[in-house]
Amino acid sequence: MKVLVTVKEVAAVDDEFEIDGLAIDDRYLSYDLNEWDEYAIEAAVQISEAREDVEVVTVTVGGPDTEETIRQALAKGADRAVRVWDDAIASAGLLDPATKATVLSAVVEEEDPDLILTGVQAADDGFGATGVTLASAIGWEWAAVVNSLDLDTEAGVASVHRELEGGVEETTEVDLPAVLTIQTGINDPRYASLRGIRQAQSKELAVQSLSDLGLDAGALDSPMEQTSLYEPETEGEATVYEGSAEETAGELAALLREKGVGEA
Amino acid sequence: MTVLAVAEHRRGDLRPVSYEVVTAGREAADATGGDLHLAVIGGDVESFAEDLNREGVDAIHTVAVGEEFDHGVYAQALTQLWADVEPSLLLAPNTVNGLDYAPAVAERLDIPLVTDAVGVDAGEELVVTRELYGSKVETTLAVDADRAAVTVRPSEWAAAEGHGDATIEPFDADIDESALGARVTGFQEVGGGDVDIGEADVLVSVGRGIEEEDNLDIIQALADALDATVSASRPIVDNGWLPKDRQVGQSGKVVTPDVYIAIGISGAVQHVAGMKGADTIVAINNDPNAPIFDIADYGIVDDLFDVVPALTAEFQ
Ligand SMILES: Cc1cc2nc3c(=O)[nH]c(=O)nc-3n(C[C@H](O)[C@H](O)[C@H](O)COP(=O)(O)OP(=O)(O)OC[C@H]3O[C@@H](n4cnc5c(N)ncnc54)[C@H](O)[C@@H]3O)c2cc1C
Ligand SMILES: Nc1ncnc2c1ncn2[C@@H]1O[C@H](COP(=O)(O)O)[C@@H](O)[C@H]1O
Repeated sequence: MKVLVTVKEVAAVDDEFEIDGLAIDDRYLSYDLNEWDEYAIEAAVQISEAREDVEVVTVTVGGPDTEETIRQALAKGADRAVRVWDDAIASAGLLDPATKATVLSAVVEEEDPDLILTGVQAADDGFGATGVTLASAIGWEWAAVVNSLDLDTEAGVASVHRELEGGVEETTEVDLPAVLTIQTGINDPRYASLRGIRQAQSKELAVQSLSDLGLDAGALDSPMEQTSLYEPETEGEATVYEGSAEETAGELAALLREKGVGEA
Repeated sequence: MTVLAVAEHRRGDLRPVSYEVVTAGREAADATGGDLHLAVIGGDVESFAEDLNREGVDAIHTVAVGEEFDHGVYAQALTQLWADVEPSLLLAPNTVNGLDYAPAVAERLDIPLVTDAVGVDAGEELVVTRELYGSKVETTLAVDADRAAVTVRPSEWAAAEGHGDATIEPFDADIDESALGARVTGFQEVGGGDVDIGEADVLVSVGRGIEEEDNLDIIQALADALDATVSASRPIVDNGWLPKDRQVGQSGKVVTPDVYIAIGISGAVQHVAGMKGADTIVAINNDPNAPIFDIADYGIVDDLFDVVPALTAEFQ
């Protein structure tokens, strides 16, 4: 059995940053493995540990800089990785979920997995749509926002919980093969062991271009264009206390007392 | 342009976001002088249609198939309805269920999809406003297409009111049962436990800024000093540091205390959904740009490890 896990490297902005045109300068950004994908990787590794002959392959659409992040996934137990990149992707601008799904579909065709796990959303641009779009593109079943997963490969069914709003979970049976978008909290992601980190260095990390995947640059055509990037106007009217921690704490304490807090 | 907006219901009730997509849909239709159509699929569609018949709705298509949400039914019904009504814009709620069918519908119709919109400008060209980097930055996306799908963020548009004179039109969707590969078997309430954060007057709420489980001691000490209850953002619960019934937010509890003190919480939209109704919101965060300050009434921009012990000391 083969489990394909989509893995994204996400950017977070520093406390202070500047916007230059349609981008934030790289010096204000730090990069990491997407939180949701960390849970998806762990779910896949747990599946591989619970049965014989399971291979866990990660796929990332990302530049050379993402390899450090991909090695993290390998250190946590994925067996090998595919990274898709070329000049056309590098200059494509916005990769919307449909575009990513087109590229990922080609990888699915090459790899022929039995199960695909993605994160619910990417922490940076947060479309929350790549997994379900991919499922539809390859004609598989799917479930979005999965926070419990029980796989019955013999019956060809995944029993999942989908986490809805308001503390309600839906229990659903999904026919395999399927794409499941994994929610945080589904498991307890492991830290990479020193041994894992060492082994990750020698695991396969294959780079594929669009043409390797039988695609051409037309696959990247998207009708979406980013037209502005700005800091939202703060709607807040917050009173911000200034001064040392003792001073601000003193002012807040006075406010809280005024509201009858801590006066019991 | 004609807009087709999709209502959402669960366990017999329309969800509030349904009335918000009506408002967003009416705005988009107005921008071009077009009509607003609604789709309501499954459950007691007739009574849902009556409730949804608010001012500005031109037509409501009822699809009487099944009781609860089934993404396969939604995807089939909406692609068929799309062909019948020929709208230019599909609007769906950006909810857990919305994100379980809208991407599939857009993919099947081969139309672009923009999710989690906080603004939709359907004038000459469709321009969608959305947030990036945990709400710290906003962006606009221009969509160069005749037809598109957008999911709208809950609580961003006001609920539609008034009474409309929409025509209510049963739509006879031809559902291919053999293509339905996911079956909803039930619902479970999570939580329980002995503390009901929904009942607390004062909540001291802790987020990822606390860094380590052991550091929760300073939060508990503050809560004790204030005679308050401890709640948390999701990562604290995901890490197993506090039980699930302490989680505030979209997938946790909605709380409305007199005072909510958010400590080391950034203010992600899914967290804010659970606490924006608090009377007084206080935020302690060392990032001046943290979105939590947008909804806070009082703020301290500083290291929580300095402020929290100092605040506790004030009450001892
Ligand atoms: C479908 C779905 C449902 C979700 N449901 C929920 C939900 O119900 N509840 C919920 O909370 N989240 C929910 N989330 C997750 C949400 O998107 C965020 O990931 C989460 O709320 C972030 O939690 P946080 O603010 O504690 O962490 P972060 O976003 O990591 O913020 C930590 C904050 O701490 C500050 N900080 C760090 N160090 C210090 C210090 N020393 N002193 C002061 N401040 C410091 C930082 O500046 C930062 O602002 C959901 C997500 C999805 C996709
Ligand atoms: N560039 C990418 N490479 C690989 N996987 C991705 C990429 N972008 C998104 N994904 C996957 O799709 C999920 C949802 O992303 P999004 O739809 O962008 O919010 C992420 O958690 C990843 O698992």
